[in-house]
Amino acid sequence: MPPRDGRSLWDAVRAAGALAERALWGAEASVRLGELVGGSSLGGRLEELRGRSVLVATRDQLTAALALLELDGVARRLVLCPPDLPRKVVPFVMATAAVDAVVSDRAALEAGSVGTLVTCSARLAPADSERAGPHHTEWILLTSGTTGVPKLVVHTLASLAGAINGDRVQTVPAVWSTFYDIRRYGGLQILLRALLGGGSLVLSSAAESTGDFLIRAGARGVTHISGTPSHWRRALMSPSAHRIAPHYVRLSGEIADQAILDHVRACYPGARIAHAFASTEAGVGFAVEDGLAGFPASLLTQRGAEVELKVEEGSLRIRSARTGIRYLGSPGEPLADRDGFVDTGDIVELRGARYHFVGRRGGIINVGGLKVHPEEVEAVINGHPQVQMSVVRTRKNAITGALVVADVVLRTAPDSAETGRVAELEREILQRCRDALSRHKVPAAIRFVRFLGVAGTGKVVRQHA
Amino acid sequence: MSVRASVLAQFERVAQEQKKTLAPLTDDLVLLESGLDSLCLAVIVAQLEDALGVDPFSAAEDAEFPVTLGDFIELYEHAAP
Repeated sequence: MPPRDGRSLWDAVRAAGALAERALWGAEASVRLGELVGGSSLGGRLEELRGRSVLVATRDQLTAALALLELDGVARRLVLCPPDLPRKVVPFVMATAAVDAVVSDRAALEAGSVGTLVTCSARLAPADSERAGPHHTEWILLTSGTTGVPKLVVHTLASLAGAINGDRVQTVPAVWSTFYDIRRYGGLQILLRALLGGGSLVLSSAAESTGDFLIRAGARGVTHISGTPSHWRRALMSPSAHRIAPHYVRLSGEIADQAILDHVRACYPGARIAHAFASTEAGVGFAVEDGLAGFPASLLTQRGAEVELKVEEGSLRIRSARTGIRYLGSPGEPLADRDGFVDTGDIVELRGARYHFVGRRGGIINVGGLKVHPEEVEAVINGHPQVQMSVVRTRKNAITGALVVADVVLRTAPDSAETGRVAELEREILQRCRDALSRHKVPAAIRFVRFLGVAGTGKVVRQHA
Repeated sequence: MSVRASVLAQFERVAQEQKKTLAPLTDDLVLLESGLDSLCLAVIVAQLEDALGVDPFSAAEDAEFPVTLGDFIELYEHAAP
């Protein structure tokens, strides 16, 4: 059930009942929700975080979940630090969100000076104070920006939980799981579904193989499980794919093509299979359960719907109470247009009575659910002294949905006799990329070309797909 | 170079590029236990498409996902033009 106005996450969890039977299961430790009635993960220091802007920067997902449960309503602001956030951008994030306290499960966080550092642990201490507060806590989610610096998107518990339907009463409590990290929008949705809907959750772990995770989820009797199409492709390559027997499988975060929908159906013939559209900025747009790629055009004309969709200039736009509220610290960059629609940047094409996703505006590439802005990669490539210009594009891929590839124009083209020099340049450029960029942003292939298409605007021509 | 040899060469090359420790490449090696992650496998599929001119994953939509290295090689042997 979405929390009523002003109710904190913990109050809503308590209202969903059966705390003693419900749990958050991590790879290393687990906590029954009932233990949180008299216990705290924050070592008796909740009061110190009251009214603060708190960076939740834990290694472990379980400790992050516990901190969120305790701090919603108490902290003024919760900043969710995704696991792979580069250290060099932490000071930017902290300054932008005016962070004055950090919750971490590490002894020391190399994040510069902070007002207060509170250690969070799955070994609960006696709860020290009332877990209620006057604050309508802002939840800050990070999403990738064009220059490698993340954007900070402001949500509230109400906007995050807007898609969680409380009227579908579960006869058997759901055991949720997700391949996602809960610090990302897709994973956080599943954490909240489990907590608010009266269920439990099996958390994934970066340190665990896909097979081990599936075995662990299966042992806990997982009933509902979500991931990106790339997560699912990987799961279906595991001999342990049949260790789970879910009633409900959800795909989101990337384009779900017909092949992956069919593969999932074949592996879990008894399951309801949904593919959802959601993004950090636009929230949950819709979920489709008919097993077909794309979505029915009729979703655009539903009257009185909670979510309004429209297509303008080729891209899907969404207006609902589930969208982010604003960006933090990006003056002049509105998250939504004047009418409240968020431009998802996802280009759709009408084929018959169905819209299909064909790519992203601005050439943004989605590698297994992780966004890549071509400009960021091009800037690194263009830093090579021999490179005149480059364009970074997407290449379709059966494993990760897409890969990054680059077309590069050299200042002086080596002649055909210098094949050795070409290979050497390729190695040098790739090494620069590996040094400066996350792995998924490094081009899988470089093609040396004599020229690139330049549009009338003077910009390099990018294609959507 | 045979299809098998091309596949094996790509596994070795990508493992080296991505600084991954590769398990011994036997036919019954489970791909997810090869030491390579999804991104590595994705790069292998892309490079094999360039080398062999086929992408069996997109060519046959009903093909099962390969679990072992043997399945993977077989997929390419059947798809090779």
